[in-house]
Amino acid sequence: MLKWIRIPLSRAENVTHSVSGKIKRNGVFGMIEVQNLTKSYGDKHAVNDISFTVNSGEILGFLGPNGAGKSTTMNILTGYISSTSGVAKIDGYDILENPTEAKKKVGYLPEHPPLYLDMTVDAYLEFVYHLKKVELPMKSHIANICKRVRIEEVRHRLIKNLSKGYKQRVGLAQALIGNPPVLILDEPTVGLDPKQIIEIRNLIKELGEEHTVILSSHILSEVQAICDRVIVINQGVLVADGTADDLSKKMTDDFRYIVRIEGPEGEVLRLLRAITNMVEVQPLGQKEPGVYEYSLEAAPGTDVRRELFKRLVERNYPLLGLRSTEMTLEDIFLQLTDPGAHSKMGGEE
Amino acid sequence: MFAIFRREMSNYFTSPLAYVFLAVFYFFSGLFFHYVLYLGTTDITYVFSNLFIVLILIIPLLTMRLLSEEKKQKTDQLLLTSPVSLTGLVMGKFLAALCMYAIALSVTVVYAVIIAGYATPQWMVVVGNIFGAFILGAALISIGLFVSALTESQMVAAIGSFAVMMLILMIDNVAGMFSNATVASVISSLSFLSRYNDMTTGILSVSSVLFFVSAVAIFNFLTVRVLEKRRWS
Repeated sequence: MLKWIRIPLSRAENVTHSVSGKIKRNGVFGMIEVQNLTKSYGDKHAVNDISFTVNSGEILGFLGPNGAGKSTTMNILTGYISSTSGVAKIDGYDILENPTEAKKKVGYLPEHPPLYLDMTVDAYLEFVYHLKKVELPMKSHIANICKRVRIEEVRHRLIKNLSKGYKQRVGLAQALIGNPPVLILDEPTVGLDPKQIIEIRNLIKELGEEHTVILSSHILSEVQAICDRVIVINQGVLVADGTADDLSKKMTDDFRYIVRIEGPEGEVLRLLRAITNMVEVQPLGQKEPGVYEYSLEAAPGTDVRRELFKRLVERNYPLLGLRSTEMTLEDIFLQLTDPGAHSKMGGEE
Repeated sequence: MFAIFRREMSNYFTSPLAYVFLAVFYFFSGLFFHYVLYLGTTDITYVFSNLFIVLILIIPLLTMRLLSEEKKQKTDQLLLTSPVSLTGLVMGKFLAALCMYAIALSVTVVYAVIIAGYATPQWMVVVGNIFGAFILGAALISIGLFVSALTESQMVAAIGSFAVMMLILMIDNVAGMFSNATVASVISSLSFLSRYNDMTTGILSVSSVLFFVSAVAIFNFLTVRVLEKRRWS
């Protein structure tokens, strides 16, 4: 039988490398521990009584709309600002009581990458190397990181002349210097083009094999694509904590659709409303000549698609499109905070 | 701390700042030294007693950017989340500015050597002068650094430190406005100028040295507190 023991980091890293991939079972321990964290500005709580633990080797997604308290939590974890109350520990070191040790364990990419625009990429990374008092061989360490985040071709250029995508990657390179066991990345893909987003996501996935990663985002699909586990926060409060699969199961209840049908609007409406288990049908207007869109809401747990198809065939109204409506982040919060909110949401739209 | 010191030094020389600072310093000190030669004296004091007003103009140039720009560009997030103490951060910045100032001030050694070519200067007075100018500059730099920590704008930092230093220059006049002798003497005891003038005439008293050294310590301490407070608010 495998034993559950808390082993020191160096050993855990060995495990990581030897077992190819993530530390599971016997190396798992809380790399980041957050207990009852609160940050207040006056009587406003930016972060309100949040507790969670991130195990070593995990990629944790921090999901929430803008202003939910994601950045504030990250700033507290990295020691940039202090919490009003509560405890944050990195690898057992309290960020307030033992800041130097805790900070050595963390690479941080803030929302706005902290770049000195008037330095070259090389000079900047060397500065960060010295700043973090890294003891690895400097030249090869920096060269490796540059290779990894693919900024080798811009190493001698001034940071201010780089594109947004490169700046973001230089920011990521900065976080990787010193090879810290914990990476905290605040919205790493914001402002990038789709190709760059995919590149950065893949890179983060790769990094997740050796590092414990916290990543924040306000995009659900991004978090689902990268993270093992997801924490959802809204207005400073922790709303959900579970695996990405759990969350996506909750989110992908197929009961709301948008359909596009060719045929007279009134008649099609009547036809749609007659379908068994149909809760609500709303016309969305004409989209093409003679073609109308409708939003459908079925009773949860039922599937109306087959019956819909049959009835339309009977009347010879071609079905030109059928898609499930994507949930917005706001819908998700509603659903997470209020399990009975399904029908209410449909009604509002 | 050393990393920060090095970055600031290279930053001074990659921007026009260092060159403007050195040029202005060398120009005015050269001008004053010209008078010394013109008057045919070996007393270099004239150079130093006029230096105060020049320092007030150019020291804010050295310090205005140091902390305000970090906040504005959000690079303070890097510094404050790296394993460097706030004291180390402030000292790195302070020493970089002080080092620039020392480079500027070192030109006065050349002046002393030139005088020595014609006649023997009073070396103790020369050494006292240079030392006095050095610790006066250190005190002004720590004030400039403190003001820079208070704002996000370089301009506000520059004008703010300029205003504070002007007030310090005028403090003897301010003291004269009070009829109460105790208040007047308390205020005039804060005078940088009268203590500095003592030093330029060759009087190197322990109390003056301590005064400037404590000014450096107090303002650097306050700078650390300002940064610390920002994290808690």
